[in-house]
Amino acid sequence: MITTDIVVIGAGPAGLNAAITAASMGANVLLLERNVLEGGQLIKQTHKFFGSKAQHAAARGIDIAKALYQSASQYPNVTMKFGATVLGYYEDGVITAEHHESIITIKAKKYIVATGAAEKSLPFPNNDLPGIYGAGAVQTLTNVYGVLPGKKVLMIGSGNIGLIVSYQLLQAGVQVAGIVEAAPEIGGYLVHAAKIRRAGVPIYTSYTIKEAYGTEMVEGALIMQLDKNWQPLSGTEIDIPVDVVCIAVGLTPLTELLWQAGCKMKYVPQLGGHIPVRDENLTTTVSDIYVAGDVSGIEEASAAMVEGKLAGAAAASSLGYGSGKFAEIRREALAQLAELRSGPAGAKIRKGLKLLVG
Amino acid sequence: MRVEEHPIINFTRGKKVNFFFNGREVEGYEGEPIAAALHAEGIKVLRHTHNKNRPRGFYCAIGNCSSCLMKVDGIPNVRVCVEALREGMHVQTQSGRGELRDNN
Ligand SMILES: Cc1cc2nc3c(=O)[nH]c(=O)nc-3n(C[C@H](O)[C@H](O)[C@H](O)COP(=O)(O)OP(=O)(O)OC[C@H]3O[C@@H](n4cnc5c(N)ncnc54)[C@H](O)[C@@H]3O)c2cc1C
Ligand code: FES
Repeated sequence: MITTDIVVIGAGPAGLNAAITAASMGANVLLLERNVLEGGQLIKQTHKFFGSKAQHAAARGIDIAKALYQSASQYPNVTMKFGATVLGYYEDGVITAEHHESIITIKAKKYIVATGAAEKSLPFPNNDLPGIYGAGAVQTLTNVYGVLPGKKVLMIGSGNIGLIVSYQLLQAGVQVAGIVEAAPEIGGYLVHAAKIRRAGVPIYTSYTIKEAYGTEMVEGALIMQLDKNWQPLSGTEIDIPVDVVCIAVGLTPLTELLWQAGCKMKYVPQLGGHIPVRDENLTTTVSDIYVAGDVSGIEEASAAMVEGKLAGAAAASSLGYGSGKFAEIRREALAQLAELRSGPAGAKIRKGLKLLVG
Repeated sequence: MRVEEHPIINFTRGKKVNFFFNGREVEGYEGEPIAAALHAEGIKVLRHTHNKNRPRGFYCAIGNCSSCLMKVDGIPNVRVCVEALREGMHVQTQSGRGELRDNN
Protein backbone atom coordinates (compact mmCIF):
# COMPACT_ATOMS: atom_id res chain seq x y z
CA MET A 1 0.00 0.00 0.00
CA ILE A 2 1.22 3.50 -0.86
CA THR A 3 1.06 6.04 1.97
CA THR A 4 1.36 9.80 1.65
CA ASP A 5 0.16 13.07 3.18
CA ILE A 6 -2.29 14.23 0.52
CA VAL A 7 -3.85 12.52 -2.47
CA VAL A 8 -5.34 14.80 -5.13
CA ILE A 9 -7.82 13.11 -7.47
CA GLY A 10 -8.00 14.73 -10.92
CA ALA A 11 -5.38 16.81 -12.75
CA GLY A 12 -7.61 19.56 -14.13
CA PRO A 13 -7.04 23.21 -13.19
CA ALA A 14 -8.40 22.58 -9.67
CA GLY A 15 -6.35 19.45 -8.93
CA LEU A 16 -3.10 20.81 -10.37
CA ASN A 17 -3.38 24.00 -8.31
CA ALA A 18 -4.24 22.01 -5.19
CA ALA A 19 -1.12 19.86 -5.68
CA ILE A 20 1.16 22.84 -6.36
CA THR A 21 -0.06 24.80 -3.34
CA ALA A 22 0.07 21.87 -0.90
CA ALA A 23 3.55 20.95 -2.14
CA SER A 24 4.77 24.52 -1.85
CA MET A 25 3.85 24.38 1.83
CA GLY A 26 5.90 21.19 2.27
CA ALA A 27 3.32 18.37 2.10
CA ASN A 28 3.96 15.17 0.16
CA VAL A 29 1.39 14.95 -2.61
CA LEU A 30 0.26 12.14 -4.90
CA LEU A 31 -1.81 13.30 -7.88
CA LEU A 32 -3.96 10.68 -9.63
CA GLU A 33 -5.48 11.34 -13.06
CA ARG A 34 -7.44 8.86 -15.15
CA ASN A 35 -6.59 10.49 -18.47
CA VAL A 36 -3.14 10.08 -20.03
CA LEU A 37 -3.03 13.85 -20.53
CA GLU A 38 -2.86 16.56 -17.87
CA GLY A 39 -5.18 19.55 -17.69
CA GLY A 40 -8.73 18.14 -17.51
CA GLN A 41 -11.09 20.19 -19.67
CA LEU A 42 -8.30 22.65 -20.50
CA ILE A 43 -6.62 20.30 -22.99
CA LYS A 44 -9.19 21.12 -25.66
CA GLN A 45 -9.71 24.80 -25.01
CA THR A 46 -8.00 26.68 -27.81
CA HIS A 47 -9.75 29.96 -27.09
CA LYS A 48 -8.35 32.76 -24.97
CA PHE A 49 -9.80 32.62 -21.50
CA PHE A 50 -12.15 35.09 -20.00
CA GLY A 51 -11.76 36.01 -16.33
CA SER A 52 -9.15 38.11 -14.57
CA LYS A 53 -5.38 38.29 -14.87
CA ALA A 54 -4.71 36.41 -11.63
CA GLN A 55 -6.35 33.35 -13.22
CA HIS A 56 -4.49 33.50 -16.55
CA ALA A 57 -7.19 35.40 -18.48
CA ALA A 58 -6.31 35.94 -22.15
CA ALA A 59 -4.12 32.84 -22.15
CA ARG A 60 -5.41 29.81 -24.03
CA GLY A 61 -6.67 26.85 -21.99
CA ILE A 62 -4.19 24.49 -23.62
CA ASP A 63 -1.28 26.72 -22.59
CA ILE A 64 -2.57 27.10 -19.02
CA ALA A 65 -2.62 23.30 -18.72
CA LYS A 66 1.02 23.06 -19.82
CA ALA A 67 2.15 25.83 -17.46
CA LEU A 68 0.40 24.26 -14.46
CA TYR A 69 1.81 20.83 -15.23
CA GLN A 70 5.34 22.23 -15.50
CA SER A 71 5.01 24.05 -12.25
CA ALA A 72 3.73 20.89 -10.48
CA SER A 73 6.60 18.86 -11.99
CA GLN A 74 9.15 21.15 -10.34
CA TYR A 75 8.28 19.93 -6.86
CA PRO A 76 10.18 16.81 -5.76
CA ASN A 77 7.42 16.19 -3.21
CA VAL A 78 4.76 15.84 -5.94
CA THR A 79 4.27 12.44 -7.58
CA MET A 80 1.88 12.23 -10.53
CA LYS A 81 0.30 9.12 -11.96
CA PHE A 82 -1.58 9.33 -15.24
CA GLY A 83 -3.90 6.64 -16.55
CA ALA A 84 -4.84 6.08 -12.90
CA THR A 85 -8.59 5.94 -12.26
CA VAL A 86 -9.68 6.14 -8.64
CA LEU A 87 -12.36 3.49 -8.16
CA GLY A 88 -13.37 3.50 -4.54
CA TYR A 89 -13.09 5.08 -1.11
CA TYR A 90 -13.27 2.69 1.86
CA GLU A 91 -14.35 3.21 5.46
CA ASP A 92 -10.80 3.07 6.78
CA GLY A 93 -9.79 5.97 4.53
CA VAL A 94 -8.09 3.78 1.91
CA ILE A 95 -8.69 4.36 -1.79
CA THR A 96 -8.21 1.97 -4.69
CA ALA A 97 -7.18 2.94 -8.19
CA GLU A 98 -6.70 1.14 -11.46
CA HIS A 99 -3.30 1.90 -12.93
CA HIS A 100 -1.81 0.08 -15.93
CA GLU A 101 -4.29 -2.77 -15.59
CA SER A 102 -3.53 -3.45 -11.95
CA ILE A 103 -5.21 -2.28 -8.77
CA ILE A 104 -3.25 -0.12 -6.34
CA THR A 105 -4.28 0.78 -2.80
CA ILE A 106 -3.38 4.10 -1.23
CA LYS A 107 -3.79 5.60 2.21
CA ALA A 108 -3.42 9.34 2.57
CA LYS A 109 -4.03 11.57 5.56
CA LYS A 110 -6.12 13.96 3.45
CA TYR A 111 -7.86 13.70 0.11
CA ILE A 112 -8.70 16.49 -2.31
CA VAL A 113 -11.37 15.41 -4.78
CA ALA A 114 -11.11 17.47 -8.00
CA THR A 115 -12.80 15.11 -10.47
CA GLY A 116 -14.59 17.83 -12.45
CA ALA A 117 -17.85 17.26 -14.28
CA ALA A 118 -19.56 15.31 -17.06
CA GLU A 119 -21.81 16.60 -19.81
CA LYS A 120 -25.52 16.22 -19.40
CA SER A 121 -27.67 14.45 -21.95
CA LEU A 122 -31.12 15.51 -23.19
CA PRO A 123 -34.20 13.31 -23.67
CA PHE A 124 -35.73 13.31 -27.17
CA PRO A 125 -36.61 10.53 -29.64
CA ASN A 126 -33.54 8.91 -31.21
CA ASN A 127 -31.10 10.77 -28.97
CA ASP A 128 -28.94 7.63 -28.95
CA LEU A 129 -28.11 7.65 -32.67
CA PRO A 130 -24.42 7.68 -33.57
CA GLY A 131 -23.53 11.23 -34.57
CA ILE A 132 -25.24 12.72 -31.51
CA TYR A 133 -22.41 13.71 -29.22
CA GLY A 134 -21.67 15.82 -26.20
CA ALA A 135 -20.27 19.20 -27.30
CA GLY A 136 -17.18 18.70 -25.13
CA ALA A 137 -16.64 15.29 -26.74
CA VAL A 138 -16.65 16.91 -30.16
CA GLN A 139 -14.24 19.54 -28.88
CA THR A 140 -11.89 16.79 -27.70
CA LEU A 141 -12.11 14.95 -31.02
CA THR A 142 -11.49 18.08 -33.07
CA ASN A 143 -9.05 20.09 -30.97
CA VAL A 144 -7.01 17.34 -29.32
CA TYR A 145 -6.95 14.67 -32.02
CA GLY A 146 -7.64 16.71 -35.15
CA VAL A 147 -10.53 14.52 -36.29
CA LEU A 148 -13.67 16.18 -37.60
CA PRO A 149 -17.00 14.98 -36.18
CA GLY A 150 -18.76 15.27 -39.57
CA LYS A 151 -19.69 17.82 -42.19
CA LYS A 152 -22.61 19.70 -40.73
CA VAL A 153 -23.50 20.21 -37.07
CA LEU A 154 -26.61 21.28 -35.20
CA MET A 155 -25.73 22.66 -31.76
CA ILE A 156 -28.25 22.31 -28.92
CA GLY A 157 -27.61 24.90 -26.21
CA SER A 158 -26.31 28.48 -26.45
CA GLY A 159 -24.36 28.68 -23.21
CA ASN A 160 -20.63 29.45 -23.42
CA ILE A 161 -19.79 25.86 -24.28
CA GLY A 162 -22.32 25.70 -27.14
CA LEU A 163 -21.12 29.02 -28.50
CA ILE A 164 -17.41 28.33 -28.15
CA VAL A 165 -17.57 24.83 -29.62
CA SER A 166 -19.64 26.13 -32.56
CA TYR A 167 -17.00 28.75 -33.25
CA GLN A 168 -14.18 26.24 -32.99
CA LEU A 169 -15.97 23.89 -35.40
CA LEU A 170 -16.23 26.72 -37.91
CA GLN A 171 -12.49 27.34 -37.44
CA ALA A 172 -11.80 23.68 -38.19
CA GLY A 173 -13.84 23.85 -41.39
CA VAL A 174 -17.10 22.24 -40.24
CA GLN A 175 -20.45 23.80 -41.20
CA VAL A 176 -22.75 24.80 -38.33
CA ALA A 177 -26.40 24.65 -39.39
CA GLY A 178 -27.66 26.49 -36.34
CA ILE A 179 -27.73 26.80 -32.58
CA VAL A 180 -30.95 25.89 -30.77
CA GLU A 181 -31.78 27.49 -27.41
CA ALA A 182 -34.93 26.72 -25.40
CA ALA A 183 -34.74 29.92 -23.37
CA PRO A 184 -35.85 33.21 -24.95
CA GLU A 185 -32.31 34.56 -24.59
CA ILE A 186 -28.80 33.42 -25.48
CA GLY A 187 -27.18 31.83 -22.45
CA GLY A 188 -23.50 32.61 -23.01
CA TYR A 189 -21.53 35.81 -23.43
CA LEU A 190 -22.81 37.99 -26.25
CA VAL A 191 -19.31 38.61 -27.62
CA HIS A 192 -19.10 34.92 -28.50
CA ALA A 193 -22.63 34.92 -29.96
CA ALA A 194 -21.86 37.95 -32.13
CA LYS A 195 -18.82 36.23 -33.68
CA ILE A 196 -20.96 33.26 -34.64
CA ARG A 197 -23.78 35.33 -36.03
CA ARG A 198 -21.28 37.26 -38.13
CA ALA A 199 -20.25 33.93 -39.62
CA GLY A 200 -23.86 33.50 -40.74
CA VAL A 201 -24.97 30.86 -38.23
CA PRO A 202 -28.60 31.31 -37.09
CA ILE A 203 -29.33 31.13 -33.35
CA TYR A 204 -32.87 29.86 -32.75
CA THR A 205 -33.98 31.15 -29.34
CA SER A 206 -37.23 29.74 -27.84
CA TYR A 207 -36.68 26.59 -29.89
CA THR A 208 -36.08 22.99 -28.85
CA ILE A 209 -35.13 19.77 -30.56
CA LYS A 210 -38.26 17.66 -31.16
CA GLU A 211 -36.54 14.56 -32.47
CA ALA A 212 -33.57 13.31 -34.40
CA TYR A 213 -33.92 10.92 -37.32
CA GLY A 214 -31.73 8.48 -39.22
CA THR A 215 -31.31 4.72 -39.43
CA GLU A 216 -27.75 3.74 -38.51
CA MET A 217 -26.57 7.31 -37.93
CA VAL A 218 -28.17 10.69 -37.46
CA GLU A 219 -29.33 12.21 -40.75
CA GLY A 220 -31.15 15.25 -39.41
CA ALA A 221 -33.31 16.74 -36.70
CA LEU A 222 -36.64 18.48 -36.32
CA ILE A 223 -36.62 21.58 -34.17
CA MET A 224 -39.72 23.43 -33.00
CA GLN A 225 -40.64 26.70 -31.35
CA LEU A 226 -41.68 27.05 -27.70
CA ASP A 227 -44.26 29.48 -26.37
CA LYS A 228 -43.88 31.69 -23.26
CA ASN A 229 -44.65 28.70 -21.03
CA TRP A 230 -42.06 26.53 -22.75
CA GLN A 231 -44.79 24.51 -24.52
CA PRO A 232 -44.12 23.36 -28.11
CA LEU A 233 -46.04 25.24 -30.79
CA SER A 234 -47.34 22.81 -33.39
CA GLY A 235 -46.78 23.72 -37.01
CA THR A 236 -43.45 25.44 -36.26
CA GLU A 237 -41.21 22.44 -37.04
CA ILE A 238 -38.10 23.06 -39.08
CA ASP A 239 -36.29 20.08 -40.62
CA ILE A 240 -32.52 20.51 -40.46
CA PRO A 241 -30.46 17.87 -42.26
CA VAL A 242 -27.15 17.32 -40.42
CA ASP A 243 -24.76 14.44 -39.74
CA VAL A 244 -23.86 15.62 -36.22
CA VAL A 245 -25.95 16.94 -33.33
CA CYS A 246 -23.99 18.37 -30.40
CA ILE A 247 -25.57 18.51 -26.97
CA ALA A 248 -24.38 21.47 -24.88
CA VAL A 249 -26.98 21.68 -22.15
CA GLY A 250 -24.70 21.92 -19.18
CA LEU A 251 -22.45 19.90 -16.95
CA THR A 252 -23.10 17.86 -13.87
CA PRO A 253 -20.50 17.28 -11.10
CA LEU A 254 -18.73 13.89 -11.01
CA THR A 255 -19.46 13.16 -7.36
CA GLU A 256 -19.49 9.33 -7.17
CA LEU A 257 -16.48 9.16 -4.85
CA LEU A 258 -18.03 11.71 -2.49
CA TRP A 259 -21.30 9.79 -2.25
CA GLN A 260 -19.36 6.63 -1.61
CA ALA A 261 -17.35 8.27 1.15
CA GLY A 262 -20.56 9.38 2.84
CA CYS A 263 -20.14 13.13 2.33
CA LYS A 264 -23.36 15.02 2.89
CA MET A 265 -24.75 16.10 -0.49
CA LYS A 266 -27.31 18.69 -1.43
CA TYR A 267 -29.27 19.29 -4.63
CA VAL A 268 -28.45 22.76 -5.95
CA PRO A 269 -29.65 23.17 -9.55
CA GLN A 270 -27.78 26.48 -9.98
CA LEU A 271 -24.50 24.61 -9.49
CA GLY A 272 -25.27 21.63 -11.72
CA GLY A 273 -27.01 19.08 -9.47
CA HIS A 274 -25.98 17.26 -6.31
CA ILE A 275 -22.94 18.83 -4.75
CA PRO A 276 -21.07 18.30 -1.48
CA VAL A 277 -21.88 20.41 1.56
CA ARG A 278 -18.60 22.02 2.69
CA ASP A 279 -17.20 24.82 4.79
CA GLU A 280 -15.37 27.92 3.60
CA ASN A 281 -12.07 26.01 3.42
CA LEU A 282 -13.73 23.44 1.12
CA THR A 283 -13.74 20.68 3.76
CA THR A 284 -16.65 18.27 3.24
CA THR A 285 -18.63 16.73 6.09
CA VAL A 286 -16.08 13.88 6.06
CA SER A 287 -13.29 15.89 7.64
CA ASP A 288 -10.38 14.29 5.72
CA ILE A 289 -11.95 15.02 2.33
CA TYR A 290 -11.70 18.39 0.57
CA VAL A 291 -13.23 19.37 -2.76
CA ALA A 292 -12.26 21.89 -5.45
CA GLY A 293 -13.43 22.88 -8.92
CA ASP A 294 -16.43 21.71 -10.92
CA VAL A 295 -17.06 18.68 -8.66
CA SER A 296 -18.04 21.10 -5.91
CA GLY A 297 -20.39 23.04 -8.20
CA ILE A 298 -20.14 24.00 -11.88
CA GLU A 299 -18.37 27.32 -12.37
CA GLU A 300 -15.39 28.08 -14.56
CA ALA A 301 -11.73 27.22 -14.74
CA SER A 302 -10.82 30.50 -13.06
CA ALA A 303 -12.81 29.62 -9.95
CA ALA A 304 -11.58 26.02 -10.11
CA MET A 305 -7.97 27.22 -9.95
CA VAL A 306 -8.57 29.42 -6.92
CA GLU A 307 -10.54 26.68 -5.15
CA GLY A 308 -7.67 24.30 -5.86
CA LYS A 309 -5.23 26.65 -4.12
CA LEU A 310 -7.54 27.07 -1.16
CA ALA A 311 -8.22 23.35 -0.70
CA GLY A 312 -4.54 22.52 -1.16
CA ALA A 313 -3.50 25.08 1.43
CA ALA A 314 -6.20 24.04 3.88
CA ALA A 315 -5.28 20.35 3.64
CA ALA A 316 -1.54 21.03 4.01
CA SER A 317 -2.07 23.39 6.90
CA SER A 318 -4.32 20.90 8.73
CA LEU A 319 -1.32 18.53 8.71
CA GLY A 320 0.93 21.21 10.20
CA TYR A 321 2.73 22.26 7.00
CA GLY A 322 3.53 25.82 5.97
CA SER A 323 2.58 27.39 9.25
CA GLY A 324 1.63 31.02 8.87
CA LYS A 325 1.18 30.79 5.11
CA PHE A 326 -2.36 29.48 5.25
CA ALA A 327 -4.06 32.61 6.56
CA GLU A 328 -2.57 34.67 3.77
CA ILE A 329 -3.44 32.20 0.98
CA ARG A 330 -6.94 31.81 2.36
CA ARG A 331 -7.57 35.54 2.51
CA GLU A 332 -6.38 36.01 -1.06
CA ALA A 333 -8.38 33.05 -2.39
CA LEU A 334 -11.61 34.14 -0.74
CA ALA A 335 -11.18 37.66 -2.11
CA GLN A 336 -10.55 36.32 -5.63
CA LEU A 337 -13.55 34.01 -5.46
CA ALA A 338 -15.76 36.86 -4.33
CA GLU A 339 -14.53 38.94 -7.25
CA LEU A 340 -15.08 36.14 -9.78
CA ARG A 341 -18.61 35.59 -8.51
CA SER A 342 -19.53 39.28 -8.45
CA GLY A 343 -21.68 41.10 -10.98
CA PRO A 344 -24.60 39.81 -13.03
CA ALA A 345 -22.64 36.86 -14.51
CA GLY A 346 -22.13 35.45 -11.03
CA ALA A 347 -25.71 35.86 -9.84
CA LYS A 348 -26.68 32.25 -10.43
CA ILE A 349 -23.60 30.96 -8.64
CA ARG A 350 -24.15 33.26 -5.66
CA LYS A 351 -27.72 32.03 -5.40
CA GLY A 352 -26.60 28.43 -5.54
CA LEU A 353 -23.93 28.90 -2.89
CA LYS A 354 -26.47 30.55 -0.60
CA LEU A 355 -28.72 27.49 -0.93
CA LEU A 356 -25.80 25.30 -0.03
CA VAL A 357 -25.17 27.09 3.22
CA GLY A 358 -28.78 27.76 4.16
CA MET B 1 -11.86 13.16 -41.86
CA ARG B 2 -8.80 14.72 -40.32
CA VAL B 3 -7.91 18.35 -39.88
CA GLU B 4 -4.65 19.00 -41.70
CA GLU B 5 -4.40 22.75 -41.28
CA HIS B 6 -5.74 24.75 -38.36
CA PRO B 7 -5.41 28.45 -37.49
CA ILE B 8 -4.33 27.76 -33.88
CA ILE B 9 -3.42 24.14 -33.32
CA ASN B 10 -0.41 22.19 -34.51
CA PHE B 11 -1.38 18.54 -34.27
CA THR B 12 1.46 16.27 -33.22
CA ARG B 13 0.43 12.77 -34.14
CA GLY B 14 2.06 9.46 -33.30
CA LYS B 15 3.40 6.94 -35.77
CA LYS B 16 1.01 5.82 -38.52
CA VAL B 17 -0.15 2.27 -37.80
CA ASN B 18 -2.45 -0.32 -39.34
CA PHE B 19 -5.18 -2.04 -37.36
CA PHE B 20 -8.28 -4.08 -38.10
CA PHE B 21 -11.94 -3.07 -37.93
CA ASN B 22 -14.17 -6.13 -38.25
CA GLY B 23 -11.35 -7.85 -40.11
CA ARG B 24 -10.76 -5.00 -42.57
CA GLU B 25 -7.36 -3.28 -42.45
CA VAL B 26 -7.56 0.45 -41.66
CA GLU B 27 -5.13 3.20 -40.63
CA GLY B 28 -4.71 5.37 -37.60
CA TYR B 29 -2.07 7.02 -35.44
CA GLU B 30 -0.47 5.25 -32.52
CA GLY B 31 -1.64 6.49 -29.13
CA GLU B 32 -4.80 8.26 -30.27
CA PRO B 33 -8.09 6.86 -28.90
CA ILE B 34 -9.42 3.99 -31.02
CA ALA B 35 -12.70 5.91 -31.41
CA ALA B 36 -10.87 8.89 -32.96
CA ALA B 37 -9.08 6.65 -35.47
CA LEU B 38 -12.36 4.94 -36.40
CA HIS B 39 -14.14 8.26 -36.76
CA ALA B 40 -11.40 9.53 -39.07
CA GLU B 41 -12.14 6.48 -41.25
CA GLY B 42 -15.84 7.40 -41.25
CA ILE B 43 -16.82 4.62 -38.82
CA LYS B 44 -19.37 5.93 -36.33
CA VAL B 45 -21.35 2.83 -35.32
CA LEU B 46 -19.39 1.12 -32.57
CA ARG B 47 -21.87 -1.41 -31.17
CA HIS B 48 -25.48 -2.57 -31.11
CA THR B 49 -27.37 -2.63 -27.83
CA HIS B 50 -28.50 -5.87 -26.17
CA ASN B 51 -32.22 -5.18 -25.83
CA LYS B 52 -33.28 -3.30 -28.91
CA ASN B 53 -30.26 -3.83 -31.11
CA ARG B 54 -29.89 -0.07 -31.58
CA PRO B 55 -26.69 1.35 -33.06
CA ARG B 56 -24.46 3.35 -30.72
CA GLY B 57 -21.51 5.66 -31.23
CA PHE B 58 -19.49 7.52 -28.64
CA TYR B 59 -21.04 10.28 -26.52
CA CYS B 60 -18.75 11.72 -23.82
CA ALA B 61 -15.26 10.86 -25.14
CA ILE B 62 -13.85 10.93 -21.60
CA GLY B 63 -14.55 7.37 -20.50
CA ASN B 64 -17.57 8.25 -18.47
CA CYS B 65 -20.76 7.05 -20.17
CA SER B 66 -20.04 3.58 -21.64
CA SER B 67 -21.70 4.43 -24.95
CA CYS B 68 -18.61 3.34 -26.91
CA LEU B 69 -18.08 -0.27 -25.83
CA MET B 70 -16.35 -2.49 -28.39
CA LYS B 71 -14.48 -5.76 -28.54
CA VAL B 72 -10.73 -5.13 -28.70
CA ASP B 73 -8.33 -8.04 -29.21
CA GLY B 74 -11.06 -10.38 -28.02
CA ILE B 75 -11.89 -8.42 -24.86
CA PRO B 76 -15.48 -7.07 -24.78
CA ASN B 77 -16.72 -3.82 -23.20
CA VAL B 78 -13.60 -1.77 -23.91
CA ARG B 79 -14.30 2.00 -23.85
CA VAL B 80 -12.69 2.88 -27.15
CA CYS B 81 -12.96 6.64 -26.54
CA VAL B 82 -10.11 6.35 -24.01
CA GLU B 83 -8.28 3.20 -25.16
CA ALA B 84 -5.07 4.04 -27.03
CA LEU B 85 -4.56 2.63 -30.52
CA ARG B 86 -1.68 0.23 -31.11
CA GLU B 87 -0.34 -1.42 -34.26
CA GLY B 88 -2.23 -4.55 -35.35
CA MET B 89 -5.15 -4.25 -32.91
CA HIS B 90 -8.32 -6.16 -33.78
CA VAL B 91 -11.33 -3.96 -33.10
CA GLN B 92 -14.86 -5.33 -33.56
CA THR B 93 -18.35 -3.89 -33.25
CA GLN B 94 -19.97 -5.41 -30.19
CA SER B 95 -23.45 -6.85 -30.11
CA GLY B 96 -25.20 -7.24 -26.80
CA ARG B 97 -23.48 -7.47 -23.44
CA GLY B 98 -20.24 -9.15 -24.47
CA GLU B 99 -19.30 -12.54 -23.09
CA LEU B 100 -17.01 -13.12 -20.16
CA ARG B 101 -13.90 -14.95 -21.15
CA ASP B 102 -13.18 -18.40 -19.81
CA ASN B 103 -9.73 -18.25 -18.27
CA ASN B 104 -9.21 -22.02 -17.99
C1 LIG C 1 -16.12 23.98 -24.09
C2 LIG C 1 -15.70 24.57 -22.77
C3 LIG C 1 -15.21 25.88 -22.75
C4 LIG C 1 -14.82 26.47 -21.53
N1 LIG C 1 -14.29 27.74 -21.53
C5 LIG C 1 -13.88 28.32 -20.37
C6 LIG C 1 -13.30 29.64 -20.33
O1 LIG C 1 -13.12 30.28 -21.37
N2 LIG C 1 -12.96 30.18 -19.13
C7 LIG C 1 -13.12 29.46 -17.97
O2 LIG C 1 -12.77 29.96 -16.90
N3 LIG C 1 -13.66 28.21 -17.98
C8 LIG C 1 -14.03 27.62 -19.13
N4 LIG C 1 -14.59 26.35 -19.14
C9 LIG C 1 -14.82 25.66 -17.86
C10 LIG C 1 -13.61 24.96 -17.33
O3 LIG C 1 -12.99 24.18 -18.33
C11 LIG C 1 -13.97 24.07 -16.16
O4 LIG C 1 -14.72 24.80 -15.24
C12 LIG C 1 -12.69 23.57 -15.46
O5 LIG C 1 -11.93 22.78 -16.34
C13 LIG C 1 -13.01 22.77 -14.19
O6 LIG C 1 -11.82 22.34 -13.63
P1 LIG C 1 -11.71 21.07 -12.70
O7 LIG C 1 -10.28 20.91 -12.37
O8 LIG C 1 -12.68 21.21 -11.61
O9 LIG C 1 -12.25 19.85 -13.57
P2 LIG C 1 -11.74 19.20 -14.94
O10 LIG C 1 -11.02 20.16 -15.79
O11 LIG C 1 -12.94 18.53 -15.50
O12 LIG C 1 -10.71 18.09 -14.45
C14 LIG C 1 -11.09 16.96 -13.70
C15 LIG C 1 -10.08 15.85 -13.92
O13 LIG C 1 -10.37 14.77 -13.05
C16 LIG C 1 -10.17 13.55 -13.72
N5 LIG C 1 -10.94 12.49 -13.05
C17 LIG C 1 -12.30 12.37 -12.97
N6 LIG C 1 -12.65 11.28 -12.26
C18 LIG C 1 -11.50 10.67 -11.89
C19 LIG C 1 -11.18 9.49 -11.14
N7 LIG C 1 -12.14 8.71 -10.60
N8 LIG C 1 -9.88 9.15 -10.95
C20 LIG C 1 -8.89 9.93 -11.48
N9 LIG C 1 -9.12 11.05 -12.18
C21 LIG C 1 -10.40 11.43 -12.39
C22 LIG C 1 -10.64 13.86 -15.13
O14 LIG C 1 -10.09 12.96 -16.07
C23 LIG C 1 -10.15 15.29 -15.33
O15 LIG C 1 -8.87 15.36 -15.91
C24 LIG C 1 -14.98 25.72 -20.32
C25 LIG C 1 -15.45 24.40 -20.36
C26 LIG C 1 -15.80 23.81 -21.56
C27 LIG C 1 -16.29 22.36 -21.56
S1 FES D 1 -17.99 7.75 -25.10
FE1 FES D 1 -18.50 7.82 -23.05
S2 FES D 1 -17.31 6.21 -22.25
FE2 FES D 1 -16.63 6.32 -24.28
